[in-house]
Amino acid sequence: MPVAVRVPETTDDPPVRKLYRSADGRMLGGVARGLAGHLGLPVVWVRLAFLGLFLAHGPLGVLLYAAFWIAVPLGVGGRSSEPRTLFETTADGRRRLRKPDRGQAVALIALLVGAAVFAGTVDLGGDANRYVWPTLLVGVGVVLVWRQADNARRARWTEPGSRKRLFQLARGLAGVALVGLGVTVFLVVRGSAAQLGTALTAAMAVLAGMALLAGPWLIRMSQDLSEERTMRIRAQERAEVAAHVHDSVLHTLTLIQRSADDAAEVRRLARAQERELRNWLYRPEGTGKDEADEPETVADAVRRAAAEVEDKHGVPLEVVVVGDCPLDERLAAQMQAAREAMVNAAKYGGGGGAVQVYAEVEGRTVFVSVRDRGPGFDLDAVPEDRMGVRESIIGRMRRNGGSARVRTAPGEGTEVELEMDRAEETDG
Amino acid sequence: MTTTGVQEAGETAERRVRVVLVDDHRMFRTGVQAEIGRTDETGVEVVGEAADVDQAVAVIHAARPEVVLLDVHLPGGGGVEVLRRCAALTAAPEDPVRFLALSVSDAAEDVIGVIRGGARGYVTKTITGADLIASIFRVQEGDAVFSPRLAGFVLDAFASTDAPPVDEDLDRLTQREREVLRLIARGYAYKEIAKQLFISVKTVESHVSAVLRKLQLSNRHELTRWATARRLV
Repeated sequence: MPVAVRVPETTDDPPVRKLYRSADGRMLGGVARGLAGHLGLPVVWVRLAFLGLFLAHGPLGVLLYAAFWIAVPLGVGGRSSEPRTLFETTADGRRRLRKPDRGQAVALIALLVGAAVFAGTVDLGGDANRYVWPTLLVGVGVVLVWRQADNARRARWTEPGSRKRLFQLARGLAGVALVGLGVTVFLVVRGSAAQLGTALTAAMAVLAGMALLAGPWLIRMSQDLSEERTMRIRAQERAEVAAHVHDSVLHTLTLIQRSADDAAEVRRLARAQERELRNWLYRPEGTGKDEADEPETVADAVRRAAAEVEDKHGVPLEVVVVGDCPLDERLAAQMQAAREAMVNAAKYGGGGGAVQVYAEVEGRTVFVSVRDRGPGFDLDAVPEDRMGVRESIIGRMRRNGGSARVRTAPGEGTEVELEMDRAEETDG
Repeated sequence: MTTTGVQEAGETAERRVRVVLVDDHRMFRTGVQAEIGRTDETGVEVVGEAADVDQAVAVIHAARPEVVLLDVHLPGGGGVEVLRRCAALTAAPEDPVRFLALSVSDAAEDVIGVIRGGARGYVTKTITGADLIASIFRVQEGDAVFSPRLAGFVLDAFASTDAPPVDEDLDRLTQREREVLRLIARGYAYKEIAKQLFISVKTVESHVSAVLRKLQLSNRHELTRWATARRLV
């Protein structure tokens, strides 16, 4: 079967290699590292090649690099290394300047030396030499601003801290200042300073005119955009509510209509639906959506166990939870015991009305009580071979270092109290 | 329900309580009316109904009932607004009007909101007729009615301040009040709590009333902090 063979083959293949600039461990635009990753070469080679191009042909190397920078999107590709910042966090939690690693330092020095050599040796003849330094200044400024734009893009992946943001702002400003300086020097070198004033005035006039002409339109457009965004968000919300009501409430109502004669079934459906809708309405954002995965906290576990028992046995369980804490191994055992108690209460004590489930996290202790108002039973009269209460509840609690108490008497209902200390390593 | 001649019917009929029903769903009012309104049997006399805040305020002022069954979600500002505009009646030294919140919602913000607004109790609409009648009488006598759920909320509210209660510190619940609340949260009736703690039912009720008083008045700061932390306010 060629198809059956092909499938594992394609999954074994490395994913299609696309050229990305590397956001990690880059020096300028991450072009060299990205290329190195793409071509499977050491990054130093690529860097040296660029440097060689730059020294030999000057503008060609720069243009090539710039073209890559502009055209190739920033990615996390290239060599995967841990994200590096200028700072590192020491063991005691303080941040300090990261020690530059040797390769990068060498590359940086090489770059600087190359630039200096280039600037010193380049001879465009006569007057043109005066333009080299301003051009370099402008170039460095542009590079800085471009890196800034990259960072804005990267910020979508990583949440920058306020200090980092300040740093970025400073860098952007420095870039702009450098460009401004370069241009000014250009103008000063080129003509007399006297012409600078006229040129600036003209430029300002043009800018102001453009702002006046395009300003209102731009403002309107941004307003329209934000309005449209709000509308879209609202529409999405409405659609979500509609979808939820359709999926759950309407279906339940249909089921209820169909099984209208079966009072118990109707009650079960209604209760399950009520609980679900309540969760959906009152739970904070982002929770309750992934029902499938395991509960992580005591409150969650108790509620979920109660919901399952309620659905399965058709007996209402009223759950009250005070406080909350993450589940550990011992608490998980307690939750299992509690679940067993709920099942028992629903099975044998459900006739007397709702089963009350109460869970409380108090300091290091977690207490769960499950109480029904059913007929109750005589604890001593339970035969030895009945495992439910003795093993699943009392035994399980004891084995895990907790305690269980069953209070019952014929005619008075049953209450199971489970008490367990939280494991030591979890902090309160 | 309009016949009032049969006074010697039974022990419940000896006590009478005048009730106003506030709920924006006519169907629900009709249902409650049918459940509790048979005055001869239940001792409850429904003397007025209202569907929104303005109506409710008008009816309550006109009828001066002893107990108002108040829905939390109402057009015109909700149950809290009714409580605010009837504050004078609630605080009246003679024949004060007591409010019992009756809501389908048992979300913390709703419960805490109306309790702080001055309601004497909070029950959910899943309550049985008999329990509702019992709650109405209890509220009429000035006692507080806590549902297990409400007790849970209160315990939760004070859980963060778990330091041992200091006597002069009225803001904290006493150990005993906490115990009572805990038993309510576990689904015990007042009678059962009394039996378990070897105190009288009256004592249980006074503990519960004390909790409610603290919840409304003394503990504003704490509750605000609690509610803010949970983004309820």
